[in-house]
Amino acid sequence: MNSNKKRRQFLINTTALAATAALPLGLRAQANTIKVGVLHPVTGFLAYSGNLSRLGAQMAIDDINKAGGIKALGGAKLQAVLGDAQSKPEIGAAEVEKMNEQGVSAIVGAYASAICLATTQAAAKYNIPHVVDVGVADQIVERGLKNTFRFAPGYKVCADTAMNHLVLLNNLARKPAKSVLIVHEESLFGTGTANLLASQLPHLGFEVKEVIKHANPTRDFNNIVLRVKAANPDIVIPANYYNEYALFVRTMKQQNVAPKAIYSVLGGAASSYKFVKEFSDAANGVLDVNHWFNPKDKRAWALKKRVDALKDQFFTYEVYLNYAAMHLLADAIERAKSTKREDITNALAGSTWDKHFMPYGPTKFVNGQNQGAQPLMMQVLKNDIKVVLPNTFAETEPVFPWKA
Amino acid sequence: MLELSILWPSLLNGLTTGAVYALIALGLTLIYGVLHIINFAHGAALMMALYGVYFLQKSLGIDPYVSIVVMVPAMFAAGYLAYRYVIGVAGHGKDENILLVTLGVAIVLENLALFLWKSDTRTIDTAYTFTTVPLGSAMIALPKLVAFGGAAAAAGVLLLIMRTTDLGRAIRACAKERQGARLVGIDVEHVFAMSFGIGLACLGAAACFLLPAYYVNPLVGNGFVLIAFTIVVLGGMGSFAGALLGGLLIGVVESVGSLWLGESLGQMGIFLIFIAVLLFRPQGLFGARA
Repeated sequence: MNSNKKRRQFLINTTALAATAALPLGLRAQANTIKVGVLHPVTGFLAYSGNLSRLGAQMAIDDINKAGGIKALGGAKLQAVLGDAQSKPEIGAAEVEKMNEQGVSAIVGAYASAICLATTQAAAKYNIPHVVDVGVADQIVERGLKNTFRFAPGYKVCADTAMNHLVLLNNLARKPAKSVLIVHEESLFGTGTANLLASQLPHLGFEVKEVIKHANPTRDFNNIVLRVKAANPDIVIPANYYNEYALFVRTMKQQNVAPKAIYSVLGGAASSYKFVKEFSDAANGVLDVNHWFNPKDKRAWALKKRVDALKDQFFTYEVYLNYAAMHLLADAIERAKSTKREDITNALAGSTWDKHFMPYGPTKFVNGQNQGAQPLMMQVLKNDIKVVLPNTFAETEPVFPWKA
Repeated sequence: MLELSILWPSLLNGLTTGAVYALIALGLTLIYGVLHIINFAHGAALMMALYGVYFLQKSLGIDPYVSIVVMVPAMFAAGYLAYRYVIGVAGHGKDENILLVTLGVAIVLENLALFLWKSDTRTIDTAYTFTTVPLGSAMIALPKLVAFGGAAAAAGVLLLIMRTTDLGRAIRACAKERQGARLVGIDVEHVFAMSFGIGLACLGAAACFLLPAYYVNPLVGNGFVLIAFTIVVLGGMGSFAGALLGGLLIGVVESVGSLWLGESLGQMGIFLIFIAVLLFRPQGLFGARA
């Protein structure tokens, strides 16, 4: 009896002690850190892009914290809550549930369109503000989700820009190109982009010879390249992710298929320093309309230098779009002066942030889409990537048609 | 639209892919012929073999073709031990139990791979990955040609073992009449385990030929095993010649089909053949009537 009572008393005491010990810790954590979800497909077929995305977000967090954190909240530091979508939308959504339970104030991610579609919706259930880093499918911002903000352009803007530039290029060269062939990956991004192009290009005077879809991953492009050979288009337009893009372009080279231009739309590789470095003979001449930094902004080159100094890392749009998206979020938290989700959402909605090095101008969100966001057109020339259109950002003239 | 200039390369592509299919199907048909079970762990075992080749190249720098001398004995040993101490024991001599055990082994292996190596799709880069060889108007990737030759050689060795060695005769005896084989003094359990080992050794060889032009992830085996089942049914359950010809035929059908109908729809041809065989010639092309 006595010992039982003692034990109970001991339990009460220790529980109370533990509770008081935990309390200030919890409070201190709340005052000094702000949890931010960093959600990307770091394993699975998108692992390459997912890891670069994570790198960009983490570099931004380090920079923000080093510069004194969120000043409006007494220098509170951002703390990354990392998530891995494993290249699958349903796992991305499950990661959002976990992040919600860990009390994140906002989420940045989740690279691929199909994954973003799932994660923004899952985040909306808990009113977690979600800054979409890449996710080009326009459905992401067209569903009326109040929590979703996309800094970069969607595929409609990119496809429109690509088509305008293509017409411009072709006219300048006295119209050598009359037909195109589209090769795209099977998920939302590739299919959506291909549909947009295939429906619009005939109105602009281009015959669409074929639209070829392929799976992720595909390790043999021989058949597809044979079909390209048979159709013999003037221009080949690939819309796929890095691994498949690289393999496709290399197989074309291998099978001696040389169209007048390889014109990528969000191609993923022609604007990739990795591709240019590893397969320069296949890369030279490739045109790409894609996310790109303002080449006249010194801050972009400074960041590129830092990324290049890291082992096996490349300065790709995954890196700098996430870098920018995290800064955009930090700016919103700064102005919200709060870690509450609703306050941050409101601050994002009214954002006019311009301290970035993208060619977008100050942010202005309408239904979650940044209105100034636009892609640039690059070409691989002499083993380097140069911006060739529009003229305001161009570093050099485009070469078209390309003579292999 | 289908000109000869692209049909010929596509045909060659199909034949080279088909040879590897045939090698995978040979292992499956051997195990079926002797043990009378479908080895559901075949795909998972292939996946493990591919990881083996991958890590040999990545961590020790061993060329995938050289690693055959490691992978074939290793897969043989793994198969022998797996049958002797897991599948055979847990099966308690009943075929339907053995079937379920192989299914269980497949699930365990796949999830083990997912746990150890994550869902990443991994590839290796060799100096010859993108080397091509002109064959008439076609440019064929060197790894595919090597795979074709290697698969043909491996199949030849397997046939030789079955025809000329005591082990081959014992395997064939067990396949035909288990009790009879036991009565004349053949250690049936040993022969079963040997067959399982040889079946997996085929996968070890297939993995070495496959990886230079392919990739590995924890679920990579599934795609192959479905095709291998089709080949085994097409060729006749337990028939080596059937598996060989069936493999080549399926490879060509897949390649030409996807040229015509696109990458996803092209697979349809394989399963149309599967259904047609089941309807009109259920014993397969080379199978004896049951």
